[in-house]
Amino acid sequence: MARGIKDKVAILGMGCSKFGERWDAGAEELMLEAYKECLKDAGIDQNQLQAAWFSTAIDEVHVGKSGIPLSTTLRLPNIPVTHVENMCASGTEAFRGACYAVASGAADFALALGVEKLKDTGYGGLPGGRGGPLQALWNASGTAPGNFAQLATAYMTAHGVSGEDLKKAIGHVSWKSHQNGAKNPKAHLQKAVEMDTILNAPMIASPLGLFDCCGVSDGAAAAIVTTPEIAKALGKHDIVSVKALQLSVSNGSESGHNSWDGSYFHTTRIASKKAYEEAGIKNPRDEVSMFEVHDCFSVTELVTMEDLHISETGKGWRDVLDGFYDADGKIPCQIDGGLKCFGHPIGASGLRMLYEMYLQIQGKAGPRQLKNPRIGMTHNLGGAPRENISSVAIVGRYE
Amino acid sequence: MVGIVAFGAYVPRLRLNRQAAYDANKWFAPGLRGLAKGERSMANWDEDSITMAVEASRDCLTSHKAEDVRNIYFASTTHPFKDRQNAGVIGTALNVEQNLSATDIGGSLKAGTSALIAGLNASKDGAPSLVTAADKRMARVASANELNYGDGAAALLCGTENVIAKLVGHHSVSMDFVDHFRGEESEFDYGWEERWIRDEGYSKIVPPAIKAALAACKLKGSDITHFIMPSLMPAVPKLMAKMAGIGEGAVRDLLGASLGDTGAAHALVMLVDALESAKAGDKIMVVAFGQGVDTLVFEVTAEKDKLPKRKGVSGWMARRKEEKNYMKFLAFNEMLPIDKGMRAEFDKKTALSVLWRKRDMIYGLVGGKCKVCGTVQFPRSQVCVNPNCHAIDSQDPYAMAGLECSVMSFTADSLVYSPDPPGYYGMITFPEGGRFMADFTDSDKDQVKVGAKMRMTFRIRDNDTMRGGFKRYFWKAAPV
Repeated sequence: MARGIKDKVAILGMGCSKFGERWDAGAEELMLEAYKECLKDAGIDQNQLQAAWFSTAIDEVHVGKSGIPLSTTLRLPNIPVTHVENMCASGTEAFRGACYAVASGAADFALALGVEKLKDTGYGGLPGGRGGPLQALWNASGTAPGNFAQLATAYMTAHGVSGEDLKKAIGHVSWKSHQNGAKNPKAHLQKAVEMDTILNAPMIASPLGLFDCCGVSDGAAAAIVTTPEIAKALGKHDIVSVKALQLSVSNGSESGHNSWDGSYFHTTRIASKKAYEEAGIKNPRDEVSMFEVHDCFSVTELVTMEDLHISETGKGWRDVLDGFYDADGKIPCQIDGGLKCFGHPIGASGLRMLYEMYLQIQGKAGPRQLKNPRIGMTHNLGGAPRENISSVAIVGRYE
Repeated sequence: MVGIVAFGAYVPRLRLNRQAAYDANKWFAPGLRGLAKGERSMANWDEDSITMAVEASRDCLTSHKAEDVRNIYFASTTHPFKDRQNAGVIGTALNVEQNLSATDIGGSLKAGTSALIAGLNASKDGAPSLVTAADKRMARVASANELNYGDGAAALLCGTENVIAKLVGHHSVSMDFVDHFRGEESEFDYGWEERWIRDEGYSKIVPPAIKAALAACKLKGSDITHFIMPSLMPAVPKLMAKMAGIGEGAVRDLLGASLGDTGAAHALVMLVDALESAKAGDKIMVVAFGQGVDTLVFEVTAEKDKLPKRKGVSGWMARRKEEKNYMKFLAFNEMLPIDKGMRAEFDKKTALSVLWRKRDMIYGLVGGKCKVCGTVQFPRSQVCVNPNCHAIDSQDPYAMAGLECSVMSFTADSLVYSPDPPGYYGMITFPEGGRFMADFTDSDKDQVKVGAKMRMTFRIRDNDTMRGGFKRYFWKAAPV
């Protein structure tokens, strides 16, 4: 394995817009909302930025292509702006670009900003109809909930979990996130929800009901990164540094080869293993303080906790029901409310997750503040269980 | 000796309960009460005459190789395309292209028999011809046709080897007797008074035609064991038989009680129905009326009992689901301006260049088999999908449409647009290797389970109404 970038990059500042159905704002306003907070937090001048990475995933319904929308909206000083898209991992991809620029020495200060303005389509759910002309001729006419619902049916089959037990476990996943989201003023949904309401909600794609699905919302988040040395020279304390950034992308074996049983994320197992190696983490169940994982659907979170090597394969549902991932559990997961309460403005989500880790490690998370967290891990899963991009980021206190 | 060497049929799974349809419309058309019994076949939203003909052809070719077929004749009055060879789509779905002549025959309810005559003549020198006929006719709301029509298809393979029903002779007359018509500007038939059709049409045109055919075959009316003649008037075939000296006991049931009249396909559907139970030596007369008369006479041979089993009319009729929701029938036939929602608005433009490059994959469901590791995969790709192989340019084409598969995972999706929600789809796996996420069709909640056995079926995937109705076809999985 390569040497990696552990502790070569520090987060100098971060910002996050209010997430939600932002009928008042377009992508440009959201970008600026996150950026203003981020720049102020970083304490540098815009002209010091030397490179930027800009993430969106469904730009055809808001800003369109290229790096120009970011550059013009912020009036950046004609620096390189790279537009990245890697489905739900897009936000983490923007962060990765900026971190690599700093780690390589190509830039002292780099910006990562992700945005998605989804609520200008006229209907609920994610915009559909993407894919090339060949996919349009044969890909099953599925939706995101339909694809992830199949993770649930395959998981039950693989591990002999009853429909009732699984429904309770994934219900608990959503219940816990709503408890957390109720304490977060930037979340889209800031309401605790009763377990009965969750279990009896209308079916979207069986066995996933309404509360098993994250919302669709608008939002933006941003980070400015530099080296730990520069951060210190600028007088920063409680520095949060990047411990690992890993990505794994399906190569078609899950969707096309009969070796995969549909019950797990092949890529997440690989990406997380590499990330622990890069970060020097030997026993993640003991060393990681908190998680923000890709809970696009409740069952995604449940299975992800196994693929991140925290819960034993096939036993994650028991950990969930034991409260292991609750706010007062051993390793809190989605302490900010997760995608469940923030919704999922795709290009922004990865950066939104890092924002919470950044606040928590600095002790700035207000009523959600955990006791002395040292290592935070974020995870995104773009695509469908059978074909996806899994990104993992580990950040922590710089010591 | 030329004749029929194999037969097949297809009937959609749904059967519209006629009483339910009548109940919805009796406020307007109480006179239809006499027709409010039994059921008619009803195509699913993703079926048309091409998809039904493909299924009937597959049934027919249970015992024969598609690549031996040299001619395909496709008879219908509801070809999905006015200018695009409909029979050619069927050929591609059956994975035959080379050394193939494909012809559409239409324009009359006797198109099915005209196609059969053409197929038999084309096969005289030994080149097997596949004759298939299918119709999915539209009918006005609260019309008798709506209750009388059915959707379905038949297929007959003509040839000279192992003939199960040899052609004894055929005879045709053509005259412009317009009992009904469908002009270019309408989707619906317009018909004249039944009594006039019976007395001036059938009674004066058909008996002489039958007698001429009998004479050509050197047979008497009493020699006919099975008399097949579709008509919307159930008394007419009996009357015609009587006028031609054919015994009443020979007159075949019109299959009206549970199937309905399948238009240009019906004479051939009834012929398949007769062949299923016919015995060696039986003489079958097929008569079709439509601006003239086609008459064909066959004699069943001893080869018939050796023909491997297939579904046929009886097999497909046995697969049945009653539909009592008349609104669904209207919606499936685009007769109801139902609110489909914005998810139905996505553009369905087809890149014709892609369709051409990938036609064996899309229409033939041809995947690949790796020469290095033996892994079967779909789609065929340049790099083998097996994680322990990844050989390059190693795959031979591998036809998968005929393989049984099973459900690995599935869902019933209420968010996706489907004309028949919820949308069922899931990962299907083939025991030979290969898998893909497939749409399901003809599926109910209690049938679709992890591990359930499925069969691939050729269906409409999308209809591009923005461009005049370009139907996109692909394969879906249906419960076995």
